[in-house]
Amino acid sequence: MSRISHKDTNRLDVAGFTPNLKRRHRVGKFWLGIFRLATLVGIVALATLLFNIADGAFGYVAIENKVDPGTLAVNGVALEDLSEEELTRILKENISAGLFRRLESEKPFSERSQLDIYNLVMERVVQPRVVQQWSLKDSLLHSAAIKAEAARDYPDAKLQFKSWLNKDFLRNPQSAKAEQAGVRTAILGSLWTVGIAILFAFPIGVGGAIYLEEYAGDNAINRIIRTNINNLAGVPSIIYGILGLAILVRALEPLTSGALFGYTDPTTANGRTILSAGLTLGLLILPMVIINAQEAIRAVPNSLRQASFGLGATRWQTVWHHVLPNAMPGILTGTILAISRAMGETAPLVVIGASTFINQDPNGLFSKFTTLPIQIYQWTSRPQDVFRNIAAAAIIVLVMLLLSLNATAIILRNRLSRRLD
Amino acid sequence: MVSQVKTGVYPDTIAAHRTALRKRPRISETLIQGFLFLCGALSILVTVGIVYELGKESLLFFTRQQWEGTNRTLIEAIDATQTTFKITETGMAIGLNDTIRIGAEAMEVREIRGDLVTVARGQQNTAAETHVAGAEIELSQRVTLAKFFTKTEWNPQIGKFGIWALVNATMMTSLIAIVVALPLGLCVAIYLSEYASARVRSVLKPLLEVLAAIPTVVYGYFALMFTTPLLRAIFGVEHVEIYNTASAGIVIGILILPLVSSMAEDALSAVPQSLRQAAYGLGATRLETALRVVVPAAISGLAAAFIVAASRAIGETMVVAIAAGAGPAFTFNPFKAAETMTGHIVRISGGDLSYDSIDYNSIFAIGLMLFFITLGLNILSQNIVRRFREEYE
Repeated sequence: MSRISHKDTNRLDVAGFTPNLKRRHRVGKFWLGIFRLATLVGIVALATLLFNIADGAFGYVAIENKVDPGTLAVNGVALEDLSEEELTRILKENISAGLFRRLESEKPFSERSQLDIYNLVMERVVQPRVVQQWSLKDSLLHSAAIKAEAARDYPDAKLQFKSWLNKDFLRNPQSAKAEQAGVRTAILGSLWTVGIAILFAFPIGVGGAIYLEEYAGDNAINRIIRTNINNLAGVPSIIYGILGLAILVRALEPLTSGALFGYTDPTTANGRTILSAGLTLGLLILPMVIINAQEAIRAVPNSLRQASFGLGATRWQTVWHHVLPNAMPGILTGTILAISRAMGETAPLVVIGASTFINQDPNGLFSKFTTLPIQIYQWTSRPQDVFRNIAAAAIIVLVMLLLSLNATAIILRNRLSRRLD
Repeated sequence: MVSQVKTGVYPDTIAAHRTALRKRPRISETLIQGFLFLCGALSILVTVGIVYELGKESLLFFTRQQWEGTNRTLIEAIDATQTTFKITETGMAIGLNDTIRIGAEAMEVREIRGDLVTVARGQQNTAAETHVAGAEIELSQRVTLAKFFTKTEWNPQIGKFGIWALVNATMMTSLIAIVVALPLGLCVAIYLSEYASARVRSVLKPLLEVLAAIPTVVYGYFALMFTTPLLRAIFGVEHVEIYNTASAGIVIGILILPLVSSMAEDALSAVPQSLRQAAYGLGATRLETALRVVVPAAISGLAAAFIVAASRAIGETMVVAIAAGAGPAFTFNPFKAAETMTGHIVRISGGDLSYDSIDYNSIFAIGLMLFFITLGLNILSQNIVRRFREEYE
């Protein structure tokens, strides 16, 4: 509609107009190129980001074992398939009696799982150590050079292509050694905190949204509430961390540490617990839940409400039986997006004191915790390169979780809205 | 009807109907409404909580007294009444009207001449007492608003309270982020709203949403593992430190790009089609329509988008905590390490932070400042939208 082809311009025989038009089209093309380039830069940034993570999470490694696991195999049965008793025996034979007693007193071997004892054997006896690692890019492009380098510099080491993201990484708890470290405690911590956040923020957020959309008149208090929610949504997340530290961790310590309920554990006798973290995240996502729910409720056509009122329903009956079911897909979508926001939050949890080294699974509201983003932050901040590799693997776990959450939100929205139409 | 007339109960029925039609008190409805109001009002409580806690602890920070060793000592023992005495000359300077402390007793300096000082004894509700020769003299350091806003060195432990060291680093990373995100975001928005076909848009917008959904800690990893090595390769290892504000700023720019582009695109698409058609009708090219008609018409929305993005960049934490550096430094060199306000809060509170220490109080003072800056920017953006919005029907 806007384009005038050059054939047409020849007919517009106004002095000075035709050459000018050509120039204007040239400028237009030039800027279109710039706009396209800018969009391309955004996509390239995303691609680079994703590749950079994969670059760290996979690649060749040279591993040196202190003891060859092959020599520990019994009657040809590989180490990882041995029974608990045999693994315990191997452990007892190869470590000092004092260490064995200490491990026994931490948790008796008869109660430990096969995987647990196997990990102990790996950690204490085999002691695999990654002496050098290469990025995915180098591993793919210069594998011959890497093999030569490994053979020259690390003659005792075994060179293998390692995916830092593997089954053990998902199952193992946190460890001081990158080779044995896993993200199980972090994943459980993330699920606990986000679960609490959503249990807190969903009812209150939806309730607030219903009030603002269905009940609130246009008076000063309601205007203040509306403006306030918009402003809260723009407050940096770290401020919520400071709020959580001052109120939940410190002022409400008897409640959040569980002391009020007779829960006493010397290691968690302060307020830096899962409960504090969950509530902090809940406060953080509350404005987001309210705003999304408000939009969903606003989208419900007014004719539905009028029909309901016309049949004599009260306001709450109208809301509960007609408005909410129709707004639900939108509310749920918004809530899932809020969950994914909470799952990726790091700063507020660092401030309220997420512990960095936790190798016990969280077992309740009042236990210490760590979460996936915190684990990534800690590992990234370590000077040793090998921790960057497991940080990359943990990032993949986190991003996968978030993407599947977002995909769920989209599927849910499509399915529910189809059903309700 | 017939029976009513016959038995003569008609007026009673009207009365009964009146009673039935009167608005009945519905207790459960009222309770529900009250509960819903509380849900909405909780957000006010959160704001009040933020302002109260930040304000209270900041006040403690600004009224706090730190005692700092001067490396100067008493030369002779003094009794509880003596107001003029000798102290060693080397060490930290002591000025007129400074408050000093020997043992537990605070004194105010009235006169100082060489090694001879005259003081008022027993200040700040402490009792005057005897002191032995060689007793250490400490100098009172208070955080004053003047020091807070004029000095450029930040280390509360030793009495350095210049917030500019942190604010400057925050401004550097945010400025770099905005320089990256603003032109890019605007170009992407113009492309998406004015040029792209529906199909291209349906591919590009989800991609940008993925970029927005990635947690910030991942961007921190990206800054440290990709942008920093890239900058070091381009500008030379000797010029670019491992931790630097340039790398953090660029990555924050990428992080806020989806925010800028989606808000700007919303503003551009809100401009009615009739304006574009009028421009085309007058012979404008697509670019001229976009830049001279659509962009000016959407300028309030665009300005709001940029301000919100700036506020987001200032509050961004994990990228700077990982990539910008761990130690306050006042520098304008983007290739040097410097710690931002948010980065400092994370580092200080990451360790074992004991309550009522100067560090604990200081994070609230920094937090208060951060809160007011971002709140101010957000309110500004809302006002711009309200006041300068072009209304089209």
